[in-house]
Amino acid sequence: MGKEKLIEKTLLLLALSAIGSLLLITIFIFLEGLPIILATGIKAFILGTHWAPTKGHFGIFAMIVSSIYVTLGALITGVPLGLACAIILAEFSPPALTRILKPTIELLAGIPSVVYGFLGVVLLVPLIRKFLGGPGLSLLAGALILGIMILPTVISISIDAISAVPIIYREGSIALGATEWQTVRRVVLPAARSGIITAVILGMGRAVGETMAVIMVAGNALKVPTSILDPVRTLTSNIALELGYAAGRHREALFATGIVLFIIIMILNTLATVITRRE
Amino acid sequence: MRPHISSKDYCRVRSRWLVLIFTLSLALIIGCRSQTDQRHTLTIAGSTSVQPFAEKLAEIYMQEHPDLLINVQGGGSSAGILAVEQGAADIGTSSRDLTPEEKHLNDIAIAWDGIAIIVHPSCPLENLSLEKLRQIFTGQIQNWRQLGLEPHGIHAITREEGSGTRNAFEELVMGQAEITPAALVQDSNGSVREIVANDPYALGYISVGLVNDRVKALAIDGVKPSSINIKEKRYKLIRRFYFVTRDTPSRTAKNFIDYVLSRKGQLLLEVEGLVSVH
Repeated sequence: MGKEKLIEKTLLLLALSAIGSLLLITIFIFLEGLPIILATGIKAFILGTHWAPTKGHFGIFAMIVSSIYVTLGALITGVPLGLACAIILAEFSPPALTRILKPTIELLAGIPSVVYGFLGVVLLVPLIRKFLGGPGLSLLAGALILGIMILPTVISISIDAISAVPIIYREGSIALGATEWQTVRRVVLPAARSGIITAVILGMGRAVGETMAVIMVAGNALKVPTSILDPVRTLTSNIALELGYAAGRHREALFATGIVLFIIIMILNTLATVITRRE
Repeated sequence: MRPHISSKDYCRVRSRWLVLIFTLSLALIIGCRSQTDQRHTLTIAGSTSVQPFAEKLAEIYMQEHPDLLINVQGGGSSAGILAVEQGAADIGTSSRDLTPEEKHLNDIAIAWDGIAIIVHPSCPLENLSLEKLRQIFTGQIQNWRQLGLEPHGIHAITREEGSGTRNAFEELVMGQAEITPAALVQDSNGSVREIVANDPYALGYISVGLVNDRVKALAIDGVKPSSINIKEKRYKLIRRFYFVTRDTPSRTAKNFIDYVLSRKGQLLLEVEGLVSVH
């Protein structure tokens, strides 16, 4: 009994320490970044397009827009591909093949992002420059690389969601005379919906937070993009790019960028939790 | 028949392993510590433009002083100066002058550097006026046609806000004007050079010491960024590289700085592509 209590207490302590560090990080980011937001004005900070932190201009609108575009682009390329892959692996491929392919796909998540970025710079960027024009380092390159990077998240969570649909549903549908594809489309996918949405939202979280690969392929210009071939800078790129040199108000402004990023990711995660809990 | 292992035995085996691993790692940590204790260390941090030269100097100097270990780190001029201020580094390297708030530190000029405007080797352009260069970076000139070449957009590349090289470029070229937000931004001399080397329509600026044959440095107002032109200040885009220390640098740091300023050190910097301060 004594031992059990001890283990229980230890586990509780560990859990609390995780929450504690999250809390500390939050407090720290807000303490560091909030003054500059208040001094600039929330509206000017979020909707301003002029970013020249060493000259006293703090507007991150172009980066917010870029982050959203790059993330949407990643979802447009990654989600249909990932979902199709998940459906095939979970429903149509022989189980032996799935047993090999699923861990392989999950392995993709373990490749460091700098490798994706490097591949992007070496292979993708010259292709875009040659066939589509522009500098190659672009919104499009960022979206495509991120689309590939979110695949493992989308695929493995979707497979779990699809596999969790009770076999009875499928049997019932087949018994009513539906084909296998009709069963998947009309019965299995709707039943797995909440899991699939979670997969998409977690993929989206990864896309928003990814930094290294995006810095390498997206060009980091400060303009609001008007075409998918324009270079863009995301919120995360902005922090990583300038942190090494930032001091004083410039540093505070980067923390303030962090606050905006933090809030966006909090919203995404809350959404994921709410959706999965409701259904 | 397989021997039966009770969970208790298993735990005992496990904990024995843990003790072993723990002891080993402890030994490793202590071992490493005693090894570094035998060598003096000197930490140099700062400008990414100065970094490759400081690394070269450190490498040669360490060959002559085997008991010394020199750590050379990047991070940027401001970070290097901050590191010296806080005592995290013995010597900070900077590619910009000290600001008035930083004036309580010592700055020792170690070399002259030029800022080279680079394009792809296939680009027919050889010369650019300072005025045209400014217009490219303010966004007034966006097409190679405006420079008398085949029409195509110019892919201007700049460094990130706060970089010493960008700082010098802004002072020397831009004056009061701001760099266009449409310019691509890269965070090191190396990546600017890499992009220019691969993109026939790109134009960027890097330290002269880092120009190699994969890119072409333009003449500015008819003056090539050669070492003689930099030394005699005919080339306009020049700046100094500094070592920054606190009032009383350590003996080791002092010796290293003396070495860098000596004939031998300066010669080494010239070989690497910079220009001596003497």
